[in-house]
Amino acid sequence: MSDSPVTAGSVTTMEHEAHNPALLHHFSDAQQQKNAASLGMWLFLVTEIMFFGGMFCAYLVYRVAHFNSFAAASQQLSIGMGAFNTAVLIVSSVTVVLAVKAAEAGKRKLLVGYLVVTVLLGMTFLVVKGFEYREKFERHHVPGPTFKFTDTFDDNGKQIPVNPKEAELFFSLYFAMTGMHALHMIIGCGLFSVLAIFAWKGHYSPGYFTPIENAGLYWHLVDIIWIYLFPLLYLISRHS
Amino acid sequence: MSEHEEHTTHSQGFYLLIGAVLLVLTATTVGAAFVNLGPFNPVVALLIATVKATLVVLFFMHVKGASEKLTGAVVVAGFFFLAILLSLSLADYLTRSWR
Amino acid sequence: MASTAVTANQAPKLNYLNNGHSLKSWLLTTDHKRIAILYLISVTTFFFLGGFFAMLIRLELLTPQGDLMQADTYNKVFTMHGMIMVFFFLIPVVPAVLGNFLVPLMIGAKDLAFPRINLLSWYLYVVGGLLISHVMLTGGVDTGWTFYSPFSTEYTNTKIVEAGLAAFVAGFSSIFTGLNFIVTIHRMRAPGLTWNRLPLFIWANYATSIIMILGTPVVAITIILVAVERLFHLGIFDPRLGGDPLLFQHLFWFYSHPAVYIMILPSMGVISELITCFSRKRVFGYNFIALSSIAIAVIGFLVWAHHMFVAGISLYAAMIFSFLTFFVGVPSAVKVFNWTATLYKGSITYATPMLYAFGFMGLFTIGGLTGLFLATLGIDVHVTDTYFVVAHFHYVMVGGVLMGYLGGMHFWWPKISGRMYPEGWAKLSALLVFVGFNLTFFPQFILGYVGMPRRYWQYPPEFQVLNVLSTAGSSVLAMGYLLPMIYFLWSLKYGPIAEANPWHAAGLEWKTTSPPPTFNFDETPVVTWEAYNYDEIPDKELEAPVVR
Repeated sequence: MSDSPVTAGSVTTMEHEAHNPALLHHFSDAQQQKNAASLGMWLFLVTEIMFFGGMFCAYLVYRVAHFNSFAAASQQLSIGMGAFNTAVLIVSSVTVVLAVKAAEAGKRKLLVGYLVVTVLLGMTFLVVKGFEYREKFERHHVPGPTFKFTDTFDDNGKQIPVNPKEAELFFSLYFAMTGMHALHMIIGCGLFSVLAIFAWKGHYSPGYFTPIENAGLYWHLVDIIWIYLFPLLYLISRHS
Repeated sequence: MSEHEEHTTHSQGFYLLIGAVLLVLTATTVGAAFVNLGPFNPVVALLIATVKATLVVLFFMHVKGASEKLTGAVVVAGFFFLAILLSLSLADYLTRSWR
Repeated sequence: MASTAVTANQAPKLNYLNNGHSLKSWLLTTDHKRIAILYLISVTTFFFLGGFFAMLIRLELLTPQGDLMQADTYNKVFTMHGMIMVFFFLIPVVPAVLGNFLVPLMIGAKDLAFPRINLLSWYLYVVGGLLISHVMLTGGVDTGWTFYSPFSTEYTNTKIVEAGLAAFVAGFSSIFTGLNFIVTIHRMRAPGLTWNRLPLFIWANYATSIIMILGTPVVAITIILVAVERLFHLGIFDPRLGGDPLLFQHLFWFYSHPAVYIMILPSMGVISELITCFSRKRVFGYNFIALSSIAIAVIGFLVWAHHMFVAGISLYAAMIFSFLTFFVGVPSAVKVFNWTATLYKGSITYATPMLYAFGFMGLFTIGGLTGLFLATLGIDVHVTDTYFVVAHFHYVMVGGVLMGYLGGMHFWWPKISGRMYPEGWAKLSALLVFVGFNLTFFPQFILGYVGMPRRYWQYPPEFQVLNVLSTAGSSVLAMGYLLPMIYFLWSLKYGPIAEANPWHAAGLEWKTTSPPPTFNFDETPVVTWEAYNYDEIPDKELEAPVVR
């Protein structure tokens, strides 16, 4: 809590900033505005952690309570598609930091390029997710009246004591968690598409690219949530 | 104006390196899932996930090397209160007699 | 409060109130003071709506039989009372009205850090309010404001999804307000205004904002999970799938218990301002009061399951939560003791805001101490879900929050409106509120103790005397609440013109004109003093109005 209310050097930058159209009137200088936006974004990310935290809590509690059924249900997920999507998200996180770097260096075309690639990678993730969901529909793994769960053998052909109802609970959580994550991906793709258009029009300069940075932070957080969802849903129950 | 004091980004090569490490860790965790480690399968998977998340937070989100510690404090606070939610909920579920 | 140098003609012609008169200049404003006024109007509307439902409840309980309404209607009435009062009045009231108006003024800033997000917060509040009004007009909800599963997810056929959406949207309004406050307090303080010079109202709102940011998202996802369970048959809380309805209560109270501190903390901040100003003393134990706000915010997250002692949680968890609950009493007591110590040897003025502050201290102490009864496992088993609980949380949430809010409204009304309220009527209303409140809710402690359960529309005849007392008290209370609305409106036109600093108070907000100009200060103030230095600032500086 040692942040000083007046940033050093604000007086010298003041005149320079008078020309900056992005500087809002109630801030004393661009640095203060940038710091405020950054802190605001981080606080928003904390709300996202707590938002997903409620579902992680439910997952934890139910996995402890219904271990065998959760293991059996988890083994029905496709590790291949999950791992591919994890890789896609990691690469997209790299393109996002490179976009921020391009913005900082004032390379407009490079910035637009990285943003477009990021959006494409995000869409790739969503398409793969769509195929996964379709598979769930085909195999009646979608919770509701049509739900069926008959796969009660593990990878080694051993019978697992499974309660299909509890497997349905697993898939409820699977859809709630991945669905909420996918919704955040869709929002992120929309956000970066808009930013790509703005960047193309030259809204950002080395002195002002806060929206790119903050959208990047959001994207990394969505990535981190997936980094946890992937092992929890797909991986950790292969051997029980 | 702020190019010098604000220069928190790293070189392109560094980012690619971190990205590569993350991909290797992903491959590792997938591989580990197929090895029977008994009760340690979840531990290893979550450990690797935490390492990956930490790399993203520190280097992609630039918490390491940030000019102020406040950002770090905000992140820690977020995970701290999440830990409260999880641990105190489990304090109930792990000690219930009906299971 | 003799007025001295400042008169009307010294006030600037242009202030935030007359800077634009069109509807658009209000509805699209980004000025935190105008947004505070928008909140004031909408919050007051919902207060009287919630109060209307409260009167219906009290009227029904006047007689033992269900003669005004039947069980189904009664369930909907107390649900709407709870939902409106909690989500649309108590949670936003002090932060969104007084906080919005005062946080930038008190720290010497031109506005909140994100003025457009601030406006967005208000629109989200309005959207939530319209949704809940829609629910109210098209059949209501009958689960109680707590939405307990499995009744909410499986059985009731009332408008759960719509009501949940209303709470969800209002929740985001609250998240954005909290986010705005934290960033503003970190980034926008005037030069020299260090953390240990901040007014205690700012500390209180800072602590409140922490809870808003950390807690609200959890209830948001919980509401979504209830909604998807109803809409798409995802069975997260469904016992038939091995789900646990108690998990809903865990997630719900993880937010909704700290939400009580969202309500009470800002009022505590107001009380710190009032007590120091009207006893002309530096606050006793500044650091303790400031840090006790943060302590309440943090410890408040460790106690939620005390709402579930009889619901079937494990006995060991119950013991842990009971133990932790007692700890939250410590910082609350620290505040009350420090306020009392501030009064000691102070030169006390019995102005209306101070009367409310006294009322707060008394009622909050009763509410807080009965909370310790409820934290005790054995007693809680006896009085859970009785009127004892109802009385307890009304002493905290109404006795505490509303006393602080009304005290603050009287204290800062000259700053907000530029007019003084009529002191005589104000004293009368403070008296009515205090007497009416105790008459309404004290009998409920006894009712609960002798076993009257809450949420029933009829009761055995032996409970009638106390219920009649309670209903009588509620009509006195209603008069006490209506009166300020009437004379505040009256004062807008007929009240005496207020000086810049009518109370000779120390805060930065009094160093600008009444009402303040659009950008608050003509020159950014530089702070060189501690908060509440009533014995150190020379009278001259204290009374000097800031006029161009």
